[in-house]
Order: sequence, then C-alpha cells, then structure tokens
Amino acid sequence: MMSGNGELLKVEDLVVTFNQAGGQRLRAVDGVGFAVAKGETLGLVGESGCGKSSLARAVIQLPPPTSGRVLLDGEDLTGLAGEALRRTRRKIQMIFQDPISSLNPRRRIGDTVAQPLRIMRRGGRAERDAQACDMLAAVGLDPGDAIDRLPHQFSGGQCQRISIARALILEPEFLICDEPVSALDVSVQAQILNLLREMRARYGLTMLFISHDLAVVKNICDRVAVMYLAKLCEIGPSEELYRSPAHPYTAALLSAIPQPSPERRPAKIALVPGELPSPTDPPPGCRFHTRCPHAKAICKQVEPEVKEVGPGRSVACHFPL
Amino acid sequence: MLTVSNLRTHFHTGRGIVRAVDGVSFNLARGRTLGIVGESGSGKTVLVRSLLGLLPSTAKFGGETEIGFEGRPLDIRSETALNQVRGRAIAMVFQDPMTSLNPVMTVGAQITESLRYHLGLTGGEARERAVALIDSVGIPMARQRIDQHPHQLSGGLRQRVAIAIALACEPKLLIADEPTTALDVTIQAEILDLLARQQAERDMAMILITHDLGVVAGRADDIAVMYAGRIVERAPTARLFANMRMPYTQALMNAIPRLEAPPNTPLRTIGGRPPDLVNPPPGCRFAPRCPRAESRCTDHEPPLEGGESGHRFACWYPVGEPGAA
Repeated sequence: MMSGNGELLKVEDLVVTFNQAGGQRLRAVDGVGFAVAKGETLGLVGESGCGKSSLARAVIQLPPPTSGRVLLDGEDLTGLAGEALRRTRRKIQMIFQDPISSLNPRRRIGDTVAQPLRIMRRGGRAERDAQACDMLAAVGLDPGDAIDRLPHQFSGGQCQRISIARALILEPEFLICDEPVSALDVSVQAQILNLLREMRARYGLTMLFISHDLAVVKNICDRVAVMYLAKLCEIGPSEELYRSPAHPYTAALLSAIPQPSPERRPAKIALVPGELPSPTDPPPGCRFHTRCPHAKAICKQVEPEVKEVGPGRSVACHFPL
Repeated sequence: MLTVSNLRTHFHTGRGIVRAVDGVSFNLARGRTLGIVGESGSGKTVLVRSLLGLLPSTAKFGGETEIGFEGRPLDIRSETALNQVRGRAIAMVFQDPMTSLNPVMTVGAQITESLRYHLGLTGGEARERAVALIDSVGIPMARQRIDQHPHQLSGGLRQRVAIAIALACEPKLLIADEPTTALDVTIQAEILDLLARQQAERDMAMILITHDLGVVAGRADDIAVMYAGRIVERAPTARLFANMRMPYTQALMNAIPRLEAPPNTPLRTIGGRPPDLVNPPPGCRFAPRCPRAESRCTDHEPPLEGGESGHRFACWYPVGEPGAA
C-alpha cells in the first residue's frame, strides 16, 4: 500500500501466535492494524497479557509476525530476511523495561553504545568511540567518566539513558519504547520522559510508546491505542480519547487510575468485577463483554469491527460511549 | 496503639554501616490508615520489616529504639516476642504474591497454618475458617479454590489469598507493603477496595506503603513521606495535599505526570540523586538536591516539627503557607 499522508509505519492485520504446551495456540495479537505518521508518538496501552509487547516485537521482526504486514516507509519488513532485513532494521530501534538486564553486564558502556555501529560496520574503532561519547553526552551522561565503566556501577535511570544512547546511535527513524519507565522511581521517570521528548525533537523521531500507565502515556503521546486480549479496542488523539473515551474498556481503565489528589475519592470502576479471561480461550463476540457494564446480547455473539468514529479516531464496539 | 520511637535500623555491610532507617518516630491509632510514601531506598520497607523482625541478620537496631504495641513494649530484638505477634496481632501483605506464597502448598494449607499455630484450631475447624476467609476476600468458589496451588490463580487472586492469610488471625495491625505494585490498574483498584473494606469491618489499623502518591491520596488518613531513612513530612492526607511544606514532597508531587495536563507537558524533575546511606550528608539529607537550601540546611538537621493539626515537616525553609489548611 502507499505510504501517503506522511505515514512512516503502517501495520496491517497483524497476527502473532505462539504454540503452547498441550498443542494449544495462543493468539497474542489478533488482527491489529494502525498507522503512525512521521514525527508522531503513538501510545499503546493495555493490561498485562493483552499483547502489546508481542505487537511491538512483531513490528521489529523479533520474531516476525505469523501473518499481516509491517510497512516502514512503504517497505514490507515481513518479506525481508538476512542482510536486507538487517539493513532495514537499522531504522527501527527499541528500548526495554528493565534497563539493567537489557545491558550486557560484562561489557564496558562505551562498547555497548558503539556495538550497533560495529555490527553495521561503520567507521574505525576510534571513530565509533568518538560517536559513542557524543551520544552519551546527548543523553546527559559524562562520557569520559562513563565509557570505561560497567552497567552495575550505574543507577537504573542512568542505565536507561545508556539504553537510549545505544538505540539512537544508528540514527533510527522509528523508536519503540516498551515500558521504558515502569521500573523507575517517579523522580527518575520524569527525567527519562523529558529526555525522550528532547531526543524526539533533536533527532526527529517517530515513536511507539508502550505502557500500562495512562498518565505516563498521555504525557508523551500524540495518539493512543488501547488493546484488550490481543485486539485493538480504540485508537485516537490523546486529548480526545482521555476526555471522552468511546470504548467502555478505555473508560474503565481511566476510572481505575488512582489520582494524587484526595478530593477525588476513588471512583467506582466502570467494570464488572472479575478476572481477565484467558487469552488462550477468549470469549466469543466482543472479548470485553464478560467485564463490560454495557454489554447486550449482540456483544456476546458478534465481534465488533473497528469503525472510524471521527478524524483519526476508531473504536471496536457495538455501543460506543 | 502503635508507637515507634526513634527507630534506627542499620545494616552492617562490607562497605560500612548503611543507615537504612535513621531515627523514625510515629504513632498510629486503632482503625486508622497511615500511608508511607517514598522512592526506592528511602527506607519504607525496612521500617515496617523492622517491626516484624523480617530482616537479615546484618540488621542492627539503635540503642534508643523503642516500639510500643497496644500499650505494651514490643521487643523487636527478641525472636520469641516477635513470634507472639507476627501473623497474629500484626500481619503483613507483600508486594509480589507470586513470591510471597509458597508454590508447593495449597492455598488452604497456607491459610490454616497460622490458624493452627496461633489459635490452636483443629484441622477441620481451621479449614472451615479458611473457606470463610477465602469467601470474604471475594474469591468465588471458595470450596474449590482452597485445594488449589498458587500457580493456578491469577495475580489478583493470589494477592487476595495473601490478604486472606494476613487476616486469618484477626490482626490489629495490617501492614501492606506495595500490595498492588505488581498488579494491573483495574485489579489494583479492586484490591485497594478490598483492603479498605476489611479494615473498616475489622477496625484494624493499617500501614500502606507505596511509591505512588495516587494510591495513598484516596486511601490513607495520614501520610508520612520518607527520604533517605527519615520521615521528612507527615500530615493528615487532605492537609498534606493542600499545603505541602517540605520541598522534597512538593518535588515528588511535581514529578508525577498528571492525567488532566495536556499531552507533552514537560515534567519538573529533581536534580541529583538520593544520598549514599553509608555516608549521608550532614544536616538535612535533601539539602544537596534542594533548590532552597542555605548554609543552615547543610550545617544543622531540621527536626520533624509542626505545624497545627498534626502537620509536621523537617525543613528550615519550608514551601507553602504557614498555618494554611
């Protein structure tokens, strides 16, 4: 398909399945599609097990999705292999939740940050080291001090800065952030969010930002996609989606967030009490109907399609709010 | 009901003495909830674990440390004294229900353990009580669930089991250490509701530890903010949020992304890092990071003093308004 109206990434009908013990197949991502415009940050929210990390990994082809297409600048990544995939993958980089375990504990920071350059066979050693120093300085670390040290000598927040430096050294166009601040303290979280914003502006990044924390997502994302049990529930501009959620699940998530202000007594969560159904055996019809306070007969039988309800705004619900 | 006076918990390590909790005092009345807020390493977990003797042997308590519980002194240096209260009058719920439950024991066996040990119930009586407890913490099909193992339950159900275990001997004080941090946001709300309901029904006191000011804002009567092993501000919840006096509390609040703020609002951060607790700075421990610090702050430690209406803060140059509610 075309990559018109400034779309950098387009995901079409993406499916990721895993084989499980006992011959069951788990559909971790089930027919998800969306597009991210150049320079835009799309947030991806949902509870554990909804498939948001599997989706992100499928975008970067780690592993490639079971079916569906991932188009970066019009080029389908799912058809690529070997050297061609490696060359294209340079344009997409990723940072992870646990900054300490995502760094090699026995490799000096300078080598960790320069490693992508080495893999892409860019420059000589001295040149790569110089670039790594520049990158470390850009993320707010003192390169002279950091370059010869090991990850355990740094705090969690500093390790996340190092991960960001490593991800950006190849000047990617697209950065995937998988829960990048979930393991960090509030004050460090604020520093990393500000840093990501600064890096986005400086390098003109387009981002996919995954988090379970809706306040964090709103702070950094232009648009937000909500997932529930491997499906997309709703996608739309952040401001609008938070102000008037169209999918009952989005509304439930928003109502459940504890607010740091005592006047707002914890609201009744707009959710039928109960557990998340198992993703190996999702409910028929709309997957959310077992917990939805507005569910009607049709919701139990017919799966709602993703419908456009406004500019840039789509929802998969028979009775949107 | 609970009085903690000058609690010092220091760890003797190869690097030196780590002053994890360094002079903490507070009282807690029956039926009240105290929220303890702080970032990693502030000492909040060590503080409550000290009360139950759940610390490694490298932990040493200071000489003036005194704990009173229900009008009597509680000797936290004595294993025998602690065995009397632990799991009985004082019970605890931990952060990760996956690791706090025993994976090879059934849910029922884990709940009945303390009933038989502390209350001397027989197997049959204990089992009946366990079924009632599972039911009361909102787990459906209690009679079937009682014979299941933790891996057969979801994270939310596991935390409910952990709460049932804690409630088994009708504790007077329930300590919940980050009870919802490992859970999803919709489950978090249910678990916090459950804790609040049980507390009201049983007239328990509760200490709720969290790094999330949002969690305590709606749930605690009073809030204590910890920084580098000390309580730096303490006040009734509404009062604290209306008028933060300690610059650290305010900085922590400002660092939280707000739902009502428009997208891409830059966050106000706190410069620097918390001090090394082997060698904490003299004076106020927040002074090296505090924009308002003067020489007095680095020379003399500010005491935790009040303010009216139980609002206390440890700061020479407080922010906010004196006396305002």
